[in-house]
Amino acid sequence: MSAQNIATFATILFSMILVNNYVLVQFLGICPFLGVSKKLDSSVGMGMAVIVVMLIATAVTFPIQIFLLDAFDLGYMQTIIFILVIAVLVQLIEITLKRYIPALYSALGVYLPLITTNCCVLGVTILAVQDYSGDIATHGFGFAFAEALVCAAGAGIGFLLAMVLFCGVRQRVENADPPESFKGLPITLVSAAITSLSFMGFGGLVENIINAIL
Amino acid sequence: MAEKQSKWRVFTAGIIRENPVLRLVLGCCSALAVTTTVSGALGMGLAMTFVLVGSNIVISALRKVIPAKVHLPCYIVIIATFVTVVQMVLQAYIPELYDALGVFLALIVVNCIILGRAEMFACKNTVVDSALDGLGMGIGYILTMVLMSSIREIIGNGSWMGIQIIPDSVDRMTLMNQAPGGFFVFGCLMALCVWIEKKTNHPIERKTCGEVLLEEQETAKAANEGGAEQ
Repeated sequence: MSAQNIATFATILFSMILVNNYVLVQFLGICPFLGVSKKLDSSVGMGMAVIVVMLIATAVTFPIQIFLLDAFDLGYMQTIIFILVIAVLVQLIEITLKRYIPALYSALGVYLPLITTNCCVLGVTILAVQDYSGDIATHGFGFAFAEALVCAAGAGIGFLLAMVLFCGVRQRVENADPPESFKGLPITLVSAAITSLSFMGFGGLVENIINAIL
Repeated sequence: MAEKQSKWRVFTAGIIRENPVLRLVLGCCSALAVTTTVSGALGMGLAMTFVLVGSNIVISALRKVIPAKVHLPCYIVIIATFVTVVQMVLQAYIPELYDALGVFLALIVVNCIILGRAEMFACKNTVVDSALDGLGMGIGYILTMVLMSSIREIIGNGSWMGIQIIPDSVDRMTLMNQAPGGFFVFGCLMALCVWIEKKTNHPIERKTCGEVLLEEQETAKAANEGGAEQ
């Protein structure tokens, strides 16, 4: 693997985690972000489950889009096919974990059913196809597929990072004393705004750093 | 007369009493993401209302046919069908709006307002009631979206629906157009809503759909473990 390729993959990975963070910058997966980030263990569990499902879902939907939908000119079926694939995958993962890795199932099992209807998973599969299917013509399928997988991993790690960071913020906010009307969800949203503001500082940073290193 | 009254109540429920975004806290992702411009928010609201009414009608018409065990996949297929219709129509006739909404148009499929109304209302009520509920919820969603996007577009861009309101000499607060502004405006609007509820003595407990689902899962798990021990 050449240095050029490593730079490409590293840029995608860190851009997805910091600059284009799915939760705080692109507004995907807000419901679990607000609902599950109350406790640290549930934030980590949900984040891990999302990483696993995002990776597997992208690994399955990307070839489906290229070899089935694009090959037979069925692009308009994308939404319906992708959501069904994700729903089936989540069920399959749940059954497999329950049967073969019960320890992992007891840690992540609760969060898996929440993921089917989580917009960040459907979002990452659609965006990966949108952004990287164009590279097949220039770099071949293998390279584009790897790019899509790195993008999914970055999105998942970014989700986990946002959840864990925000969980810490939230525990501090709970001890604070906001105005009466702001108690509960409103102050949570305002603190999410400030967390999101801090992520804006990463804009343009990643590419420059990686170019400087390599 | 009583019959007519209750239909009216079903229709108006979504507009204020059970406003999907500010009171039921459903569909936050799209409410935050596409409210940077009023025209985008309005387009998203109309697309959403169409899908909501369509899926509510079909789901309530099929409520006795769909087996309880596989209800979620069935709902998703019905909703995805309507979303595909909206996508194709917008792509053909209003491509600018299609590009502006981007991935969030496809993400209507997993929007919790639609699945939430299917689970909470359409699967238990008649076709007419479900259609009215969908329409009311859609209008409530549009109103909230337009309110939020008006604040963000006027402060962030100095315009409303593309018409310039604030003169160029006044500096724009572009932060409002970006991600933090979305969270901030949403938080403040919700606080305002809580304040009005307190004044009118109608306080409610707000829960995001993530929380509700997690609690359901945890109770189910606890029930399973309790059953296993016995």
